[in-house]
Amino acid sequence: MTRIAYYPGCTLKTNARNFEASTLATAEALGIELVEPGRWNCCGTVHALAKDDVMHHLAPVRNLIRVEELSNKGAIDGKQVVTLCAMCYNTLKRSNQVFNQDSDKRKKIRDIMTKEDIQYSGNVEVIHYLEALRSLGWDKVTARVVKPLKGLKVAPYYGCLLLRPRGIGVDDADHPTIMEDLLKALGAETVEFAYSQKCCGSYHTVQMKEAVADLSHRILKQAEVAGADVVAMACPLCEYNLGPRQEQVKKQYPSFNSIPVVYFTQLMALAFGLDDEATAFEANRPDPSPLLKEKGLLE
Amino acid sequence: MMRLESKDEMVTIFVMGKKHSVPGSLTIMKAMEYTGHQFRRGAGCRGGFCGACATLYRKKGGYKLEGALACQKIVEDGMYIAQIPFSPTDKKTYKLEGLKPDAPTIMEYYPEISRCLACNTCTKACPQDIAVMDYVQASLRGDIEQAAKLSFDCLSCGLCAVRCPAEIVPYNVGMLARRLYSKYMVGPTQHVLNRVKEIEEGKYDSEVKELMTMPLDKLKVKYNTRDKVAE
Amino acid sequence: MILRTGPENKRYRDRVKELSGENVDLCFQCGACSSGCPMTQEMDYLPSKVIRMVQLGLEEAQEAKTIWVCTTCFNCEVRCPRGIDIANVMEALRQMVLRKKYNRVSLDDLSPEELRELPQVAIVSNQRKLTA
Repeated sequence: MTRIAYYPGCTLKTNARNFEASTLATAEALGIELVEPGRWNCCGTVHALAKDDVMHHLAPVRNLIRVEELSNKGAIDGKQVVTLCAMCYNTLKRSNQVFNQDSDKRKKIRDIMTKEDIQYSGNVEVIHYLEALRSLGWDKVTARVVKPLKGLKVAPYYGCLLLRPRGIGVDDADHPTIMEDLLKALGAETVEFAYSQKCCGSYHTVQMKEAVADLSHRILKQAEVAGADVVAMACPLCEYNLGPRQEQVKKQYPSFNSIPVVYFTQLMALAFGLDDEATAFEANRPDPSPLLKEKGLLE
Repeated sequence: MMRLESKDEMVTIFVMGKKHSVPGSLTIMKAMEYTGHQFRRGAGCRGGFCGACATLYRKKGGYKLEGALACQKIVEDGMYIAQIPFSPTDKKTYKLEGLKPDAPTIMEYYPEISRCLACNTCTKACPQDIAVMDYVQASLRGDIEQAAKLSFDCLSCGLCAVRCPAEIVPYNVGMLARRLYSKYMVGPTQHVLNRVKEIEEGKYDSEVKELMTMPLDKLKVKYNTRDKVAE
Repeated sequence: MILRTGPENKRYRDRVKELSGENVDLCFQCGACSSGCPMTQEMDYLPSKVIRMVQLGLEEAQEAKTIWVCTTCFNCEVRCPRGIDIANVMEALRQMVLRKKYNRVSLDDLSPEELRELPQVAIVSNQRKLTA
């Protein structure tokens, strides 16, 4: 088993437990052990964009120190950390870059972190689970599939922070294919739709939920028109805005047809033939089980 | 009247800006009283357990801001002292009955923990060496057990709350976590339940009655000759 | 309308450039950023117009509703033919207001049900972006 550090992020322990459960199970099935540090903190969710900001880099860098500690004591192979939440991915990766490129900020950050046992070297690599799978090889993923997702039309939804800003993303910002590659490896049919990289509204779901419902409606309607059965997600905030928020969408657009929204790892767990604890569909809103049963993919 | 050891070295401290010379073996609290200050607030058990005497200080020539309990910390030369007799906090009212030990419960009462920057200033300020940031972060992701265990030594002295840039009051969060943990995750301890049952059955009624009606001199004798539990 | 700009406008523009790290002078108003922005429906000024205001050093740029409605999705950054990260400029304008102890949103506005239900990632990012 290859051991890679795993940074969950707060939401993976609460609203997105299904994302975590399906990921840990599928990783194990692929021979990857995801090692969570015993101690970690919220990454901050958004990267500190102001050029003079030092304080907001502390939280992400602290997590990178946790990964380095795991590496130093031999608990992981190499110095990579896998994240699931696209926002955590973006924040950790960008702060890591700032730490490595800005010597003034690096010094200040080190000076403040006096209670840490080690000084961060800057050498941890932040990757998203999709990147780990791509490195492993799609053929290895296919080899593990026992129940190909035949007849399931999946619309891959990337959102923003998995691909942007340019150079930070897991794939080309204009023509990404990484999620399609994964879904095809699982035997599913992928559907191209116009809004797969359009923002879901992000944090405005807290105080501007009507505007977010508008965006969700546009995105999901496009997926429906393109013929999708389900939409595949890679971020818990996007999943919330396109999944549970459908209740709000229905209020504003009564003719809206709900469409199930699942994490890509849940589809992996389904294709790998793993049990209910791994697929964890009961936490999803709206419930994808009726559609999956109809397709003969779920008993 | 304080006795001075003849070999006790004097040190210089500054109390509210004014310079004083005090014996170097005294705690901050005793040193302030030595200089003639009288504590009307900010003194409690004097034993490092109640959290009343939260104090901030800097050392002359240095920029570091430290937190301590005045009744425990021995003075150092050049200490520049200020007391924090009260820190403004808003403890939320909640009924423990019906609450679940999870993240949504903590978020409902203390949503400001979402503002935590993980800057660790709270941990640095804590006079009890508690990993304050860690228990706040544990609460944010619903790990109530971790939050309860890490915050166990907390005295609610307020130094973390006063310094937090995200305006969180960590000790209120820790208290809720400990209450939820004890009530819902550990459950009631059997020996307490047993004792309550005994009391309700009237096992101690006659003894209590006897004590309540005993004259004061006999009571004093009884107290002084009681069985003492070995340390 | 006659636009008279003085040294204070130049100072304002320079401050935004410094805080955002972006050279807004490069913008030639092509509008690609605005056409890719998901939130233009909620905005009073288009993103490209806000950049123009910053180019002229007009402090009205930070009074726009636009900067608060931005979702920091970086669609604009990817599209800009001159390599400007417009999202960084929006953040700089937000910071210049927030650092004056202004809070755009408040946790007090949320009901207990919302606090229980919203994922942490939403509340944390909401607070980070929109409060002091």
